[in-house]
Amino acid sequence: MLAPPSPVTVEIIVNGTPRRACVEPRTTLVDFLREHLGLTGTHIGCEHGICGACSVLLEGEPVRACCLFALQVEGLSVTTVEGLAPARGELSRLQNAFCEAHALQCGYCTPGMLIACHDLLARNPRPSEEEIREAIGGNLCRCTGYQQIVDAVKLASGQEAAHG
Amino acid sequence: MNVVVPFEGIGASVRRKEDPRFLSGRGQYTDDIVRPNQAYACILRSPHAHAAIRGIDTAAAKAMPGVLAVFTGADMAGIGGLPCGWQIHSKDGSPMAEPKHPVLAEGKVRHVGDPVAVVVAETRAQARDAAEAIVVDYEVLPAAATMEAALAPGAPAIHEGAPGNICYDWHLGDKAATDAAFAAAHKVVSFETSNNRLVPNAMEPRAAIGDYDTATGEYTLWTTSQNPHVIRLLMGAFVLQIPEAKLRVIAPDVGGGFGSKIFHYAEEAIVTWAAGRLGRPVKWTADRTESFMSDAHGRDHVTKAELALDKDGKFLALRVSTLANMGAYLSTFAPSVPTYLYATLLAGCYTTPAIYAEVKAVFTNTVPVDAYRGAGRPEATFLLERLVDIAAAEMGMDRIEIRRRNFIPPDAFPYQTPVALQYDSGNYHATLDAALQAADWAGFEARRAEAARRGRLRGIGCSTYIEACGIAPSAVVGSLGARAGLYEVGTIRVHPTGSVTVLTGAHSHGQGHETTFAQLVADQLGVPLAQVEVVHGDTARVPFGMGTYGSRSLAVGGSAMVKAMDKIIAKGKRIAAHLMEASVEDVEFDRGTFRVAGTDKTKSLAEIALAAYVPHNYPIEELEPGLEETAFYDPKNFTYPGGCHIAEVEIDPETGQVQVVNFTAVDDVGRVINPMIVEGQVQGGVAQGVGQALLEQAVYDAEGQLLSGSMMDYCLPRAEDLPPVGVATHTTLCTHNPLGVKGCGEVGAIGSPPAVINAVVDALRDYGVRHIEMPATPQRIWSIIHAKRPAAAE
Repeated sequence: MLAPPSPVTVEIIVNGTPRRACVEPRTTLVDFLREHLGLTGTHIGCEHGICGACSVLLEGEPVRACCLFALQVEGLSVTTVEGLAPARGELSRLQNAFCEAHALQCGYCTPGMLIACHDLLARNPRPSEEEIREAIGGNLCRCTGYQQIVDAVKLASGQEAAHG
Repeated sequence: MNVVVPFEGIGASVRRKEDPRFLSGRGQYTDDIVRPNQAYACILRSPHAHAAIRGIDTAAAKAMPGVLAVFTGADMAGIGGLPCGWQIHSKDGSPMAEPKHPVLAEGKVRHVGDPVAVVVAETRAQARDAAEAIVVDYEVLPAAATMEAALAPGAPAIHEGAPGNICYDWHLGDKAATDAAFAAAHKVVSFETSNNRLVPNAMEPRAAIGDYDTATGEYTLWTTSQNPHVIRLLMGAFVLQIPEAKLRVIAPDVGGGFGSKIFHYAEEAIVTWAAGRLGRPVKWTADRTESFMSDAHGRDHVTKAELALDKDGKFLALRVSTLANMGAYLSTFAPSVPTYLYATLLAGCYTTPAIYAEVKAVFTNTVPVDAYRGAGRPEATFLLERLVDIAAAEMGMDRIEIRRRNFIPPDAFPYQTPVALQYDSGNYHATLDAALQAADWAGFEARRAEAARRGRLRGIGCSTYIEACGIAPSAVVGSLGARAGLYEVGTIRVHPTGSVTVLTGAHSHGQGHETTFAQLVADQLGVPLAQVEVVHGDTARVPFGMGTYGSRSLAVGGSAMVKAMDKIIAKGKRIAAHLMEASVEDVEFDRGTFRVAGTDKTKSLAEIALAAYVPHNYPIEELEPGLEETAFYDPKNFTYPGGCHIAEVEIDPETGQVQVVNFTAVDDVGRVINPMIVEGQVQGGVAQGVGQALLEQAVYDAEGQLLSGSMMDYCLPRAEDLPPVGVATHTTLCTHNPLGVKGCGEVGAIGSPPAVINAVVDALRDYGVRHIEMPATPQRIWSIIHAKRPAAAE
């Protein structure tokens, strides 16, 4: 067997701050975030790009962090769930809406869902129910049945109140 | 100045206390935990469904970079097998076959995914690399991948000691009375059905970290569990022989369970044992493929059911014969699922006077099967509610009318069924009426006609279900074969300045206990919600507990808290009597205030707590200082949520695609503490039920290879697959627990599958369809439509 290639230093701008670590070239972006930077908010659900739990924003676009090598995003800007809130101890409008509408139960898919919904609202500030369901169609949630996630996105976009 | 305090007590949709950490990425799941000097385990699993192991060569693996150790079954010889928590006896009185379930394979593998060896290395990647370098010499044996194959003459023997691959051959009910009722019946309706095998697929894969403190000799296991105390008991006492006092089990934030994280799994024992051997923390995290081939699966029944009716459509008797797949080994609670959680529910909401069920449990070369959301009750409900629809059709009766005619009337409670249960309360007419109205059942034919004009086949279906949860009275389940008690434990700790910590043996993995329990305690003790913290999931912090499953947390765990609060209040009254120079009998307590009856003399709970911890003016001769109480609550009965689910579907005849276009759930879950959380539980349960009805199925090929072994191949419901679900509740109170609560975690998954399939069959009524199996995939439906369609011109 060939010896694994030598570790390489990778620098990625994570939530606005340049972060650097020396990693094996095969290190995925999600492992880089979780194992090397201690940013465990991004979760691994399937390791084959199906469930969306590991979604992060790469230069503002949602990607599956389990399907990218850290090396591939060298020098680029990544936003994780830890970077969605406006300030420490606060929640974004979308995060608050998730709480209001009970859009999360076990919380495991939630970071990926937030990334997908954040991206949707950035592109489409007043999405319809159908557009919301399509936008979260790549993210699996086993707890909620999605209805309350749809409600949360509507709430965050200023359309109708969710459950009272 | 008036301060408006938002209502946050029982009945308020309080926002969840746990949400901020989950929304900001601050949750702490097992895989998020990093122990100093942590090593990583990778499990080598069998690629064969059935094979003898002739040898394992670990030399190359041991020489790989970063490898600390490679262990096989031989290294773990002397370690106990994974225990089974429930013993069923067969009809003839003999105990079930209970073959050893080794932690690592001992000479033989019995399903794809059976653990064979473990590599521990410095990094996860190194452990994986080395696992690939282990060479196992397998002699592949013929496999029995289905129950049919396992029961066929000459089938491969999966275990010595389980002749014919039978685990048990059990029955319940009065066979003679049932047979007699069938002999005298006006009409007998029967059908055969299989209940599809499901893979639970909690979004968080299972994970475990074992740690061993060489100085104290104490082991710690972090694990993705629904019941850490049960894991401590099973693993400590039966597998690794570690005394409880030296074993701490922590189930931190857990990303969904649905039953699959109840059970004691091999990996928990492996990492704990390996940590002791290596003197280093050892972490294992499943990848999704491992989840598919090592998490206990659910359902997997094949059943023949017959219903005897009189000329008016009254049910006279029910006869059920079921084969239940156990998989290759007995998982922790597997034997109870197709017996006492299944056949006992066959009365449903109906007055059927005679019921006889026989269940044969079968070993196969597949992943073990155990409880999955609903556990036995969805299987019973599906066959019963399908059978009722079939009976209505064949008697020429209305589907709703036949149900009403057979409902247990609201004034008949408590109601003793012929299959062991005594229902305490319910009103099935009320939930049915509410659902019919909410779903506009009466207006359906217009919608069917409108859909037909669009070329769509539209159907509507209902199910009226009951379930038994809030498990369970210990003596009763003990007499039925449970090897554990099923009480729950709660501690209420009132701190010196009046804030409260609640310790509970229940475990939250999405259910929102930190909120619901806090609401309950805040409401009863009159403490602001923000001053109540709930602690769960750690055997070192919580005295004891049986965990969360079977919709039991509030009914049993909440009742334990009520009992502990009663003790707090009783003690507080004695302290208050002393401080206010009154007699104890004259002191009243209401939401945070102790008052001498009929006077304006009062003391707050915080004042009483301070006196209890600073006992300068205190009845110290007769009362201990401190204000903390623990209670064990053993339920008097199961609880019986019930209700009505109505599904409306549209089928595209060109593709066979089913879209659920509307879904209505009206459930009686007893008293509701937090309506928002109850709605979430029902929504999620319905999603899993719709998944079972239309999308999900674990598929094995004849050699026992799991064909649906990834999320690419196993179809989980996505947002676009699910309809808007209308959720409402209609409450009758549970009569035997102090809260009147019944449980809401499983109703969605129990009530919904037959409602969906009844709707699909209704949509296909012009095609002469009597029954369609789950999952009702486009292929199945297209084939029916195509076969029945008059030959079209090419």
